[in-house]
Amino acid sequence: MSSLQNLGRMLLPVVVLAAGLALWEFVVRINDIQPYVLPSPTTVFQTLVSDWPVLSESLGVTLLTTLEGFIAAAVGGVALALLFNQSKWLEYSLFPYAVILQVTPVIAIAPLLLIYLPQQTAVIVCAWIVGFFPVLSNTTLGLNSVDRNLAGLFQLYGASRLQTLRYLKLPAALPFILGGLRIAGGLSLIGAVVAEIAAGAAGAGSGLAFRIAESGYRLNIPRMFAALLLLSVAGIVIYGLLALVSHLVLRRWHESALGKEN
Amino acid sequence: MAEPALSETDIDAAGFAVRLRAVGKTYDNGVTALGPLDLDVAKGEFVSLLGPSGCGKSTALRLIAALSTPSAGTVNVSHRAKADGRHPIGFVFQEPTLMPWGSVRDNVRLPLKLARAPSAEADRRIEEALAQVGLAEFADAYPRELSGGMKMRVSLARALVTDPDILLLDEPFAALDEITRFRLNNDLLALWRKLHKTVIFVTHSVFESVYLSQRVIVMTARPGRISAEFRIATVEPRGEEFRTSVDYAGYCREVSGALAPSYSGQRGA
Repeated sequence: MSSLQNLGRMLLPVVVLAAGLALWEFVVRINDIQPYVLPSPTTVFQTLVSDWPVLSESLGVTLLTTLEGFIAAAVGGVALALLFNQSKWLEYSLFPYAVILQVTPVIAIAPLLLIYLPQQTAVIVCAWIVGFFPVLSNTTLGLNSVDRNLAGLFQLYGASRLQTLRYLKLPAALPFILGGLRIAGGLSLIGAVVAEIAAGAAGAGSGLAFRIAESGYRLNIPRMFAALLLLSVAGIVIYGLLALVSHLVLRRWHESALGKEN
Repeated sequence: MAEPALSETDIDAAGFAVRLRAVGKTYDNGVTALGPLDLDVAKGEFVSLLGPSGCGKSTALRLIAALSTPSAGTVNVSHRAKADGRHPIGFVFQEPTLMPWGSVRDNVRLPLKLARAPSAEADRRIEEALAQVGLAEFADAYPRELSGGMKMRVSLARALVTDPDILLLDEPFAALDEITRFRLNNDLLALWRKLHKTVIFVTHSVFESVYLSQRVIVMTARPGRISAEFRIATVEPRGEEFRTSVDYAGYCREVSGALAPSYSGQRGA
């Protein structure tokens, strides 16, 4: 029963995808819809292959931006959470602004950033703004979720602040940090794309989102779809990689990484 | 502040491990949890604090461990010179309180690591402590792989690894099944006889307190005070035959009788 269920869980989405694609292809062919209105899946795939040199270069640019934004978000988020944890006053002073930065739509901030910063920097800053908050809030939550008795034990044995941080708070916060990073990975991609689109309107850029905007102006709809497809795949791969890292790090001890039965 | 505090050397000379004088604890929210409480525990003595939940017996233990500061009175604990990795007090909580990310060995190593004890010496002590609680083969296991009783043994090994003079145990076996609890009771008694530690054992079980201790101290409901004291004088060493003896039943009846008023004022008890 359960192995059948597992098989179903893996197969059903694939079946749905195949059916959707077949229907799409069928509708386009039967109605003879032009590619600049709605390209068929095969046209999109052909475009992906024929435009690969341009698209792969753009993919590289976007991924690099995402990676830089993600690293900045991870380092910045964890560092800020550690600072907040060491000093309540710092937390009270700065946390509201972190929230404001988070709730203001990044698409509205991007044009301003592009005025004041060099384009490449602005794009990375956008990716950072979107990505750092989940890392910050998750890490803060993790650092504050330390078992009270364990904290008492550290106090009993006269642990220094640094020892408490290193041997107690950071390991206890690790599952939360990894959860935050998993969200931040996808968000960094979104931040990078948003900034590229904002920058693309200003005329410069070479990332995937820029390709989408540019292809839109040129009515090159198949390429828009191909670039979109690459973005989705990139997002899935980023999420999968971070989930894998999280699993590998936590598998010895954390509930989230253990099987239901063991 | 009923009388001037004795210095550590004074209570050392008097043969006491712990001395509390007029100790009270009132929390910030205005709840008075404890006191005033006077308590002397002799070196090497096994004492149980028995009382209803919330009577402040855990608070008393935390005050002795200096995990919390008294609102009134004085707490004196005898100290030996603190050599490397030595710590005068070992504490076992009601929960095993293990670090889930560390192996059994890592968990037992913690007090030594925090004291920056040399690692060869630490390894030797860890092996010794694990052997004392019968977990030598489980050094590399993770806490989630262990049963409740085994986790409690790890917690006990961690408390013993610094070779403390005083062991403070806060309802350590309350969450265990009866058979496991009886076995751990016997193991704890054997360790106490062998290692000559001062043990202060908090429990709400009359049977456990009578079985284990030389002296049972019955506390009132909150704010906790001492309402009665019993010396359990029986043939040592105790074993399973004591658990079924007439003596034992008699002590249990007496202690239960002294404890009953502590429960009478409680709702839902």
